[in-house]
Amino acid sequence: MNRLDTGGDSLNSPPLSSLSLEALKIEAVKLRIDILRMLNAAGSGHPGGSLSIVDILTVLFARHIRRVRPGIPDPERDRFVLSKGHGVPALYAVFARLGIIPREELLTLRKLGTRLQGHPHNGSLPYVEASTGSLGQGVSIAQGMALAARLDKSERRVYTILGDGEIQEGQMWEAFLSAAKYRLDNLIAILDYNKGQIDGFTSDVMNIDPVTDKLVSFGWEVQRIDGHDFPAIDAALEAAKTREGRPHFIVADTVKGKGVSFMEHNAEWHGKAPNDQETAAAVEELEQLLIPAMASQS
Amino acid sequence: MKTPTRISFGETISELGGEDSAIVVFDADLAKSTQSIRFGKRFPDRFFEMGIQEQNMIGTAAGMALSGKKPFICSFATFVVGRFETIRMSIAYSNAPVVIVGTHCGIGVGEDGYSQMALEDIALMRSLPGMHVIHPADDVETRQVVRYLVEHPHPAYLRLTRQAVPDVHGEDYVFRFGKADPLRPGRDAVVFCCGPVVSHALDSAETLALEGYDVRVVNIHTIKPLDIDTVVAAARETGRVVTVEDHSIIGGLGSAIAETLGEILPTPILRIGIRDVFGESGSSEALYEKHGLDAKGITLQIRAFLEGTPAFHRANSSAG
Repeated sequence: MNRLDTGGDSLNSPPLSSLSLEALKIEAVKLRIDILRMLNAAGSGHPGGSLSIVDILTVLFARHIRRVRPGIPDPERDRFVLSKGHGVPALYAVFARLGIIPREELLTLRKLGTRLQGHPHNGSLPYVEASTGSLGQGVSIAQGMALAARLDKSERRVYTILGDGEIQEGQMWEAFLSAAKYRLDNLIAILDYNKGQIDGFTSDVMNIDPVTDKLVSFGWEVQRIDGHDFPAIDAALEAAKTREGRPHFIVADTVKGKGVSFMEHNAEWHGKAPNDQETAAAVEELEQLLIPAMASQS
Repeated sequence: MKTPTRISFGETISELGGEDSAIVVFDADLAKSTQSIRFGKRFPDRFFEMGIQEQNMIGTAAGMALSGKKPFICSFATFVVGRFETIRMSIAYSNAPVVIVGTHCGIGVGEDGYSQMALEDIALMRSLPGMHVIHPADDVETRQVVRYLVEHPHPAYLRLTRQAVPDVHGEDYVFRFGKADPLRPGRDAVVFCCGPVVSHALDSAETLALEGYDVRVVNIHTIKPLDIDTVVAAARETGRVVTVEDHSIIGGLGSAIAETLGEILPTPILRIGIRDVFGESGSSEALYEKHGLDAKGITLQIRAFLEGTPAFHRANSSAG
């Protein structure tokens, strides 16, 4: 199972930035396969919340985040902070697709000596902008980066993805207050509203709704989208660039475990790696989605 | 002269703000108390009033530091260090060069009582990999430490006093990061001390000298990284070690010294500090007297230690 044959190969594929939204949708399927194989090789990790954000990450890094590319990080790059650090396998898969890390390195996830720590560590890997994984801290960090960009009179934007369970943390609401106070319109926060957390449904564990109303009342510009609808993701990220004077929130309704039928909507797959058999079944299911794409290419 | 070291900080950082435009200062609704307001008045564009949000202040400053700024975040020591796990992730593990400025350290806070007193902060900050911990003794030292921290960006904790503390250094003093600061020679014992009680230790050494005890006094302004060479040499030369700090004896300077000597050169040690109890309201002077941290109390304990009398053993039976 420790092979990466049909996933998101960066060497033999066109750059993500050159692809249409329709083609990016296929890339995201390949990235899902990489994520499952990484987690299987690691023997632990978080498939549910990685699969729910991979479509957003694909569109974000392909079409919106500027100057994140292989090589020495450019100080004028846009920043991305994965506040919900447990979703990091999805980020590593995107980094491999961008050519920032070799694709075979994905199989080192969580193993001793790896750059691919189980949760993001900025000291281990370029473009991991901060260490996260203890929930609730990413918006504050992203806000500091956005304030620094303003002090530098720079056009840098800062993006962050939060979990729905994560915003139960009090520090998040501190940052929601302060980003509005500082009118950080170069800050774009995306809520991965996949409705689940470790102990069950978010609405049962500690309900966050009506989350959109709450964020609006805190002074944010809020959009709500289907987080697996590529044109909607792209349009929301585009709209978040144009408005001025307020921080931007994109509440993305997503499906935990998206793309793998037996993982979808199942809290059990929050923090459990698929075994060989489960990985094979999941990859087979995903590969079905690649067949029409391959046929159209030949 | 006596100066609260928070004022030394506030004046120095506002001076340096004119020299280095990367300096940014944050406060959490205590800008007048921490004296960060001095910077805020001169550089309003680089001063961030975060309201009563210590965690958000920590994270925001970390983001700034990771984008090339030099943030100083200010609050009462216990309020900011109390958000330990946020410091652990956003500053320490992210290697974000933020200087955490904790004022109102120790029982020296006085009348406000325990809730406002940091008695465990050195222990917490010292446990984080890579975190520098500096606790200056007086005005001159604090000013030089602040300049050092601006010029050497690194995750750091700066521990300052509410109350005025007497000068123990002359104007010609030179602060050296990570190097112990010998204040008085002596062969019978060495007192390692830091912060507002350094002057008490010096006064105590004067009194003991009159009784024929030759007590060395060394100011450990940098608690982490500890000047191990100087600590071990002083222990070897005197054979008796005393630590004095306005902090719990669990995890603070006394622990740092005891851990070091325990591994390298086991030496009889007396730790003078807060003995595993909470603080309370009272004047600084009254509290220092109650906890044996005034010159008189320090003298009594060191005398008993050197004489090996029962008073020393009784005093040391209750904690840690």
